[in-house]
Amino acid sequence: MTDQWTHRLSEYLDGELSDAERVELEEHLRRCDTCIATLRDLRSVVARARALEDRPPVADLWGGISTRIGSTRAQPATTVVDLATRRRVSASVPQLLAAGIALMMVTGGAVWLAARGPQALPSPAVVTVSESTTDVPVRPVIEAAQYAETIAELEHVLSEHRHQLDSTTVEALFQSLAIIDQAITEAEAALRADPANGYLNGHLADTMRRKIHLLSRAASLVRATS
Amino acid sequence: MHAAEQARGVQTLSSKQDTLRADPDAVDATLAASGDVHAFERLYHGHVARVHSLARRMVGHDEADEATQDAFVRAWEKLSTFRGEAAFGTWLHRLAINVMLARRAKRGRRWARTVEGEGVFARAEARPVSPEQRIDFENAIGRLPEGAREVFVLHDVEGFKHHEIAEMLGIATGTSKAQLHRARLALRQHLDR
Repeated sequence: MTDQWTHRLSEYLDGELSDAERVELEEHLRRCDTCIATLRDLRSVVARARALEDRPPVADLWGGISTRIGSTRAQPATTVVDLATRRRVSASVPQLLAAGIALMMVTGGAVWLAARGPQALPSPAVVTVSESTTDVPVRPVIEAAQYAETIAELEHVLSEHRHQLDSTTVEALFQSLAIIDQAITEAEAALRADPANGYLNGHLADTMRRKIHLLSRAASLVRATS
Repeated sequence: MHAAEQARGVQTLSSKQDTLRADPDAVDATLAASGDVHAFERLYHGHVARVHSLARRMVGHDEADEATQDAFVRAWEKLSTFRGEAAFGTWLHRLAINVMLARRAKRGRRWARTVEGEGVFARAEARPVSPEQRIDFENAIGRLPEGAREVFVLHDVEGFKHHEIAEMLGIATGTSKAQLHRARLALRQHLDR
């Protein structure tokens, strides 16, 4: 059984009636058991909806997503570095330094090879460096403005927390960053001489991404000590 | 940049930097935006339950997996537009809703068809539900007519206002209110009592 107010009960429940309408409906509710029961049910439906819990899919969908976004890497995801002790932080610094040195070596070689011409370019499989620098897949372009913003953010995090690291750690870290910056500078210089060189463009983008990755890991390390 | 400059760091403090420190998702989002697939995979694992639940409710069980994949692929493509003003999860969720709604438009289903589908509501309200036949509440949402289901999910589950829903769906606010009320009436028979 319905009446003129039945279809307004949801609006009443959601507080969307005018004051006059609300007063009139509340007056109606005092003498209409049907509307009172309906209102009670509607309240339960709303409460039930708000209590719904999220559930993951039965099957892992990442494989399909990974394929569609062009990632062919099958390695498991690396977790964000989450090291809670200074001991672990110190142990990670050689990896950071190694990453920088390896990057410098690879970059220098790659730029030299690129400058010699396409016939001398290594295949992507050859340009592999240490484990810590191979996590970042290559995409052909990197947006300059976003890169600068991301670098600035990560540097800010690092600069705010660097006092939590010992001087050796800081020195090693910034030495690595300086090496990477040198690699970027060299790649940029090579590109100025040969702007259309696709390999150099990709290599520069990859190097920039590696800097983001290294900075991010370092920022995670210092945050973990906070 | 020289080592000394690196050490000084960037002094400017922005709201996004605050977000970055507080929210690991923000770090992963910036990494993913620069091409780090592993960072994006971490974001996927952190948010897939919510996106897939949204998909089940919006487009149904049969299409939920595909719609979820569509949402994450779209997010990957649009990561450069994430500026950190809102939490990454909020940004992703809104994007996922748009993907779900776009799927509906792509299928060519008409809002009018569901608005005029009074018979469906009538049947849903009139049909007695025995304990044996009673399905769980979430499945009951999936059995609502499409337009009513979307309004109900967006309003009562996701917390959007009628004027926002009206804008998303391209309908009048009054239509959104009417569909919500009808959906609630239909769903009350599936409450646990």
